Amino acid sequence: MTRNRPDPSLLFHPRMPANWWLRKRTYFLFIVREFTSVFIAAYLIVFLVQLYQLGNGPGAYQAFMGKFASPGWLGFHAVALAFAIYHSLTWFYTTSIVIPLRIGAMVAPRYVFTLLNVAVWLAVSAAILAIYLIW
Amino acid sequence: MSERTVSLKVTRYRPGQDSTPTAQSYEVAYQDDWVVLDALNFIKDHVDGTLSFRWSCRMGVCGSCGMMVNGEPRLTCSAFLREFDSREIRIEPLAHFPVIRDLVIDMSGFLDKLKSVSPWIIRDTEKDPSEGEYLQSPKQLDAYHQFTACINCLLCYSACPIFGLETDFIGPAALALAHRYNEDSRDQGSAARWNAINDHNGAWQCTFVGECSVVCPKSVDPAAAIQRLKVDTAKQWVRSVLLPWGQK
Repeated sequence: MTRNRPDPSLLFHPRMPANWWLRKRTYFLFIVREFTSVFIAAYLIVFLVQLYQLGNGPGAYQAFMGKFASPGWLGFHAVALAFAIYHSLTWFYTTSIVIPLRIGAMVAPRYVFTLLNVAVWLAVSAAILAIYLIW
Repeated sequence: MSERTVSLKVTRYRPGQDSTPTAQSYEVAYQDDWVVLDALNFIKDHVDGTLSFRWSCRMGVCGSCGMMVNGEPRLTCSAFLREFDSREIRIEPLAHFPVIRDLVIDMSGFLDKLKSVSPWIIRDTEKDPSEGEYLQSPKQLDAYHQFTACINCLLCYSACPIFGLETDFIGPAALALAHRYNEDSRDQGSAARWNAINDHNGAWQCTFVGECSVVCPKSVDPAAAIQRLKVDTAKQWVRSVLLPWGQK
């Protein structure tokens, strides 16, 4: 059986405007979420260089770490931290959609799973901070 | 019942005559219980018989009357005119689809995509009818029941900017239905759907904007279905690499 199809030459094909991501709040927040990945990737590269300098001995490591006191590096770390927090929170929310939390026969509301993720995240961060401060 | 008037700014596109769509305004006197579709039918019946649009059931079941209402994908049979504060309401064809005429979009691309995920129960071997039904527990039904509610209205495609940018993307509804059948305990066809789901234009094309689930009039939540398909396909891939001898 042949399905009837409209004549392609008579169709109007709409195009997405370049500013589509500014037309809706959720689209904007989505683009911001994607953009934050750039800063997280940049921070990871800096972190890898930091580890590399650690392997080069205490002198090289201290010299590298000394650069972080400059306003530019402080600004970079502040922005990277803010974006990492935003990305993490949206990731936890995303996880709650992918993995529904079942309690018996019921599925818990998504915010419960998100809050559990955030609680574990804060607990692990606090534990790492405590280990750093004690040692 | 009180009667008010509204101006409907409707997209017109006459194939063979217009190179691009234009907007035409119609003044309509309406009652409180009128939906956008009622106003369009009033125009069609009493003002301008050349206006073209799809509709059928008028009760949010058939999925035919999806259009952009003030820039949002809506079923016009459930969009009450009294909802809108402005005196002018924009009615446009569903976004991202080729337009055949006025508010009528070309669905043939979607139908091809839908077919590619084999949205029906696939069995390796069929039982003889005398052996009875394929039984299913309430828990097994719960695993996919939500995804059976899809009415193929295509609002999710219009809300998805990824589909707007990559029209080959198989899209939310087709993937939600693929997930629906993969999760059905009676089905044995997930391998047959694997290529379509795992293709470049399959589930991995989705970057999880999430608007498909927001606009879905049946609360199908295609975004969740797609993310779960990603987890399933990733697990299958890992299994195929680590346990190649275990693959059928």
